[in-house]
Amino acid sequence: MRVSLFITCLIDQLWPSVGSSAVEVLRRAGCEVVFDERQTCCGQPAFNTGYRAEARRLARRFIEIFEEGGADYVVSPSGSCTAMAHHFHELFADDEAWRRRAEALAARTYEFGGFLVNVLKVEDVGASFKGRVTWHDACHGLRDLGLREEPRRLIRGVRGAEFVELANADSCCGFGGTFSVKYPEISVAILDNKIDAIEKAGVRAVVSGDASCLMQIGGRLTRNNSSVKTMHLAELLASRE
Amino acid sequence: MHQQTSETFDRNAREALADVQLRGALRNLATTFGGRRKEAIATVEDWEGLRDRARAAKDETLAHLDKYLEQFVGNAEKAGAQIHWARDGAEACRIVLDLIRARGASRLVKSKSMATEEIHLNAALEAEGLAPVETDLGEWIIQLAHETPSHIVVPAIHKSKRQIAELFAEKVGIEPTDDVAVLTGAARRILRRSFAEAEVGISGVNFGVAETGTILILENEGNARLTTSLPRTHIAVMGIEKVIPKFTDLDVFLKLLPRSGTGQRLTAYQSLITGTKRRPEDEGPEELHLVLMDNGRSRMLSHPVTRQSLACIRCGACLNACPVYQQVGGHAYGSVYPGPIGAVITPQLSGLKQSAQLPYASSLCGACREVCPVKIDIPELLLHLRAEVTEGTAAGTAAQHGPVKSRPLERLAFGLYARAWSSPTLYLWGARVARLLQGAVVRKGRIGKVGGLLAKLAPPLAAWTEWRDAPPLAPRTFREQWREEQKR
Ligand code: SF4
Repeated sequence: MRVSLFITCLIDQLWPSVGSSAVEVLRRAGCEVVFDERQTCCGQPAFNTGYRAEARRLARRFIEIFEEGGADYVVSPSGSCTAMAHHFHELFADDEAWRRRAEALAARTYEFGGFLVNVLKVEDVGASFKGRVTWHDACHGLRDLGLREEPRRLIRGVRGAEFVELANADSCCGFGGTFSVKYPEISVAILDNKIDAIEKAGVRAVVSGDASCLMQIGGRLTRNNSSVKTMHLAELLASRE
Repeated sequence: MHQQTSETFDRNAREALADVQLRGALRNLATTFGGRRKEAIATVEDWEGLRDRARAAKDETLAHLDKYLEQFVGNAEKAGAQIHWARDGAEACRIVLDLIRARGASRLVKSKSMATEEIHLNAALEAEGLAPVETDLGEWIIQLAHETPSHIVVPAIHKSKRQIAELFAEKVGIEPTDDVAVLTGAARRILRRSFAEAEVGISGVNFGVAETGTILILENEGNARLTTSLPRTHIAVMGIEKVIPKFTDLDVFLKLLPRSGTGQRLTAYQSLITGTKRRPEDEGPEELHLVLMDNGRSRMLSHPVTRQSLACIRCGACLNACPVYQQVGGHAYGSVYPGPIGAVITPQLSGLKQSAQLPYASSLCGACREVCPVKIDIPELLLHLRAEVTEGTAAGTAAQHGPVKSRPLERLAFGLYARAWSSPTLYLWGARVARLLQGAVVRKGRIGKVGGLLAKLAPPLAAWTEWRDAPPLAPRTFREQWREEQKR
C-alpha cells in the first residue's frame, strides 16, 4: 500500500522528528511511504482567518500535488490539517470541477492515528515507552474527524506506557490558530485549565495528534518550568524504550 | 468601566479576565450545566435522531417561511389574536408603545424574552416614562442592578450570591442575607404586587405553531404564566423564525430544549396560548397582540449558509460549552446575544462593521456545534462571517452599516504567505533566513518573551511569547532529512 505523506509546515519546520516518526511507524505497519517535496501548507491559517482567495490558491496547489504520484492514501500527522483537506470543497462552491477534485482527494485523506486503526486495522505498532502518559484531544481530530477511541487504543497498545485520562481531555487548549495571538489573554486563560489538569494527572508526557496544540501546551509547560513533556502520537508510537 | 460594545470585545474580555468575582461566578458553569445536560440527554433514547428531526423541522419552516407565517397568522387571528408586523426593532418598540398608550396603561409586567432584549424594549419604554417590571427572578435582579443579561437563559449568571444579597439589601431594604429562601421570598412579595396591579403583560415566544396559531412559552418560575394571564392585555413579541409547522413538532423541541440548556427533563411551566379567552368566566387576557418582528432575519434567511442561524431555539447550551464564554462571560460580547451563537447573530443584526471582532472570538473548537440541539454549524458560520469581514462584502450588512474596516497589515501578511507558500523555493529560502535570524532569540532551546524592536516588528510573536515559550525552528527540516535519507 502506497501512502503519500502530508507533513504540515509546523512539523516540517519545528518538529521534523514527528515526520520521521510517522514514516517509521507507517513503514513498520507495512506501507510504502512517499513524500512529495513540493508540498508546503494546506492553507488553513488563511481559511480560518477569512482569506478565502489565498486559501483557495494553496488548496488548488495541494490538490494538484497530491493527485499526482499514484498513492492510495494521503496521510497526515495532524487532525486539523487533515480536516482542512476535508473542508477544501467549501472553497469551490461555484466551481464544480475543482469541487469534485477536492472531494475525491478528501475521500482518501486520513489523519495518522485514524488511518492506522481504521484503514490498516493496526492497534499495536510494537512501541514501548516507560511511564505515565495522558492524551489531549485536538479539537479538529475529535470533532471534525470523529476520532475519539482510535488514539486511545493506540496508546493502550504501547508497552510500558500507563495511560491516564485527563479530566478535560476533550476541551480546547485555547490555540485556535490566529486566535492564539489575536486574543492571547483568552487563549492562555483557556490553556491554563488544560495545564492544571495535566499537572494533576502526574504524567511524564502529554500526547496529542496535532503539533499546534502541542506548541500551545508545551509553550506554557516550559514557561512554567514543568517536568511534563509534550509528545506527538507519532513519536510515542515510534518510541522503543 | 467603559461602555461595553461588541466593537471593544478585546478590551471587554481583558477586563472580564481580570475580574476575580466574575471568574468565580463562571467557574462552575461548564461543570454544572454541562454535567446536568449530559445526565439529562442520557434519559432520551435516540438523542441524535431527535436532533435531526428538530433540525429538519426548522429547515422545512425556513425553506417555506412565508407559507408557515401566513398559516400561523391566519389561525392566530381566528382564535382572537391581533397581529402586528415590525420590520425592525424600532418599529416593534413603537408598536408596543402605541398599544400601551392606546389603553392608557402604565402598570406593566414582563416575562423573560430575548426578542425584547434584542430590541431594547425596556429602554424604549422607559424613555417614554413607563416602567415595565421584569418578573423573571434573574431578569429582575438585572433590572434592579441596571445591568444587561450576560446569558440568554440565566441572565444573572455573572453575579455571586453575595452581590445579589447586597443588591437586595440596598434596593429592597431587607437585612443582608445569603439565605436564598429569604431573598426569593422578598422578590416574590414585591413581584406579586406588580402582578396584581398590572394592566399589560409583555412576553416573548418560544414557538409559534402554524397549524393551530398557538404560541408556547417556556419558563421555570410561573411568572410568565402570570404575565400572560393576569393582565387584561397580553403583548407577545416574537421573531418571525419562531414558527414551526405542526403541533406534534413540539414533542421534539420540548424534549431537546430544557435538556440542552439547563439540563432539565422538562421546563416547569409550559404555557400554550391560543388566542384570547372565549367566555367571560375563562381565565386569560381579553386581548392578545402578537408582534411579529423581522429585524434582520430575512437577510439571514436569504443566504444558504447564514440561514441556519435562524434555527436557534435559544437554549444556551453553546454558551455553556464554549471555552471563550467560560472565560470572559457574556458582557464582553457587548450584545444581548453572547457566546458562540451571539458571535454569529450579533454581526448579522448590528452589522459586521461594528461587530467585526466577534466572528474571531472563537478558537473554532466546535464544542458549540457538538451540543447544539438543532445542529447549527456555528464554526462554519463564524468562518463565513470572517470571510465577509476580510472581503468587506457582507452583502446586505455592508450596504446598511458601511463597509467593514480593512486590515492592511493582516491582508499583506496573508497575501505574502499565500505567495511564498505556493513556491517551494520561496518557502525554503524563507525558512533558511528565519533559521539564521532566530539565533538572536533562542535561549536554552526555546524562545522566551520577546521585547523591544522585535516585539514591535512582529506583534504576533510578542503576543505569543508574553505567556508562552515558542519553539525554535529545527536545525534541519523534515524535507531536508527526507532528501538525505533518499540519497542513502
Ligand atoms: S445555537 Fe444551538 S446551542 Fe446555541 S442557543 Fe441556539 S439552539 Fe442552543
